[in-house]
Amino acid sequence: MRKTSLTTIHNIARKNDKVIFIGSDLGAGLLDDMKKELPKQFLMEGVSEQSIIGMSAGLAMEGFIPYVNTIATFITRRCFEQIAIDLCLHNLPVKLLANGGGAVYAPLGPTHLAIDDIGILRTLPNMTIVAPCDAVEINKLIIESILWPSPMYIRLGKGGDEIITNDDVDFKIGKALIKKEPHIGLFVTTGVMTQVALEACKILDKENIICGVMHMHTIKPIDGNSIKKYFPKVESVITIEEHSLIGGLGSAVLEFCSNELPQELHKISRIGIPDKFADQYGSQKTLLDHWNINSNEASNKMRKKLKLN
Amino acid sequence: MKIDERSKYLRKLIIKMVEVGNRGHIGSAMSLVEILRVLYDDFLSFRANVPNWPDRDRLILSKGHGCLALFSILADKEFFDKKELSTFCQPKSILGGHPEYGKVPGIEASTGALGHGLPIGVGVALAAKIQNKNHKIIVITGDGELNEGSNWEASMTASKHKLNNLCLMIDYNKIQSYGKTSEVLELEPLNDKLKSFGYQVLEADGHNLDQIQSCLYNFKHCKEKPTAIICHTVKGKGISMAENNPYWHHKSNLKESDYEEIYACLKFETLI
Repeated sequence: MRKTSLTTIHNIARKNDKVIFIGSDLGAGLLDDMKKELPKQFLMEGVSEQSIIGMSAGLAMEGFIPYVNTIATFITRRCFEQIAIDLCLHNLPVKLLANGGGAVYAPLGPTHLAIDDIGILRTLPNMTIVAPCDAVEINKLIIESILWPSPMYIRLGKGGDEIITNDDVDFKIGKALIKKEPHIGLFVTTGVMTQVALEACKILDKENIICGVMHMHTIKPIDGNSIKKYFPKVESVITIEEHSLIGGLGSAVLEFCSNELPQELHKISRIGIPDKFADQYGSQKTLLDHWNINSNEASNKMRKKLKLN
Repeated sequence: MKIDERSKYLRKLIIKMVEVGNRGHIGSAMSLVEILRVLYDDFLSFRANVPNWPDRDRLILSKGHGCLALFSILADKEFFDKKELSTFCQPKSILGGHPEYGKVPGIEASTGALGHGLPIGVGVALAAKIQNKNHKIIVITGDGELNEGSNWEASMTASKHKLNNLCLMIDYNKIQSYGKTSEVLELEPLNDKLKSFGYQVLEADGHNLDQIQSCLYNFKHCKEKPTAIICHTVKGKGISMAENNPYWHHKSNLKESDYEEIYACLKFETLI
């Protein structure tokens, strides 16, 4: 997913000389081709994230379209004020390309785990938050993001994630995608948790418990129309997110329903990261299993909700 | 150093706003007046009736709390009607305690949280370089503001890209909110620090018009590096009880007798 996002940025930069890539201190050789081909559109500015956000704001004020890339936690935690004031208050079209959303950096410990990034940024007016599920979708997102007029946070997965997006899908920022039509239950997901939900559906399908998957690649603004359309049709809704249960997708869904669909609130359960820092290393998968974020837990929870145990 | 009639006039506009808003960063604004006056009277290219004129020079007041001084000169230059000054800090006013982009004509960036203006200015300057444009970018910071690490990050970037179109002007009145900069968090040796970060470093009496002009001339003709001008100023300049007094960094609820004293200092005959 990350590699595709960079390749796509290189491609759009060829066609649009206002597109500019700004990295902090990324891996050696990253986007070397772009650096050689488009040196004025490639910047690597060191471990100076706060300044980089301000600089990207200045470039955007002058008509450029900056894509700022570094590790998710270093953007969201360190630069909150810069994002709030320089980007969101000025409502500038800067894209924040965040590596390692969720538990991707499990072996590196809590300093590198972006378990709160969505919650942090969701509080900011004018901010758009997107978490694509695979390489095909990130490609579509980057292409569409060029004309997006506001700040955007793009949460990237690990890479090599199973491709579940068809090339011909009608991808639109802010519009949820129904990956599987629901019958009795519905999983609402974002990022690579959509793959987890589809796996859970396979388990449940075998038991003739037919559930669907609503992929919320855009968490903010949340697609209220899709929620209004599908939630009343099902008996149970479970949100799955690779994020703290505080402030992420599940919170956004609950907030929306609290305001707009209070009669649906009782249907909603949530799967996500508990309110604590990671206490073990391992891999993304082992850490997610440790937090009970996987297809087995999702299918069990759906069964329980539907009282089909 | 004595201030002349024009400087007194600009200060008069500031005090008028303080009266309306019943508050303001008086000390922080008074130290800025001559810096802004020289910039707008003699240096910056701008069109007040077309604030977004593409070829304008850009000025970012990073020490946003000094906005009273900026509002006074922008009104004087007719970026907006002087009547707006009489609405300072009122609910529907365009003029608040910090400057906001999109509300106030002539304001390039919303500032107030410190340490933001220089990184933004670096981006604006870099954009000009990439597009081969010749306009200049001025960023004015306070001295206490230089406590913020983001300024030093941005300085490294400015130096790396040889942004000779960028000028950092430091309103060095040597007093931040709590007290003396030398006691809160020492900046010295400031000149050497800035030099080591790659600036052409110049120093001026920040109330001496000729010295400020001379530094700006040197900035304009510097070929290969960003410029930093350390403007030695007096906090509260022009109002004797506010001069060098940290308690006048921000003031609210001034008494009538305070205003009388201020007017006396500035030799106001009548309020405009």
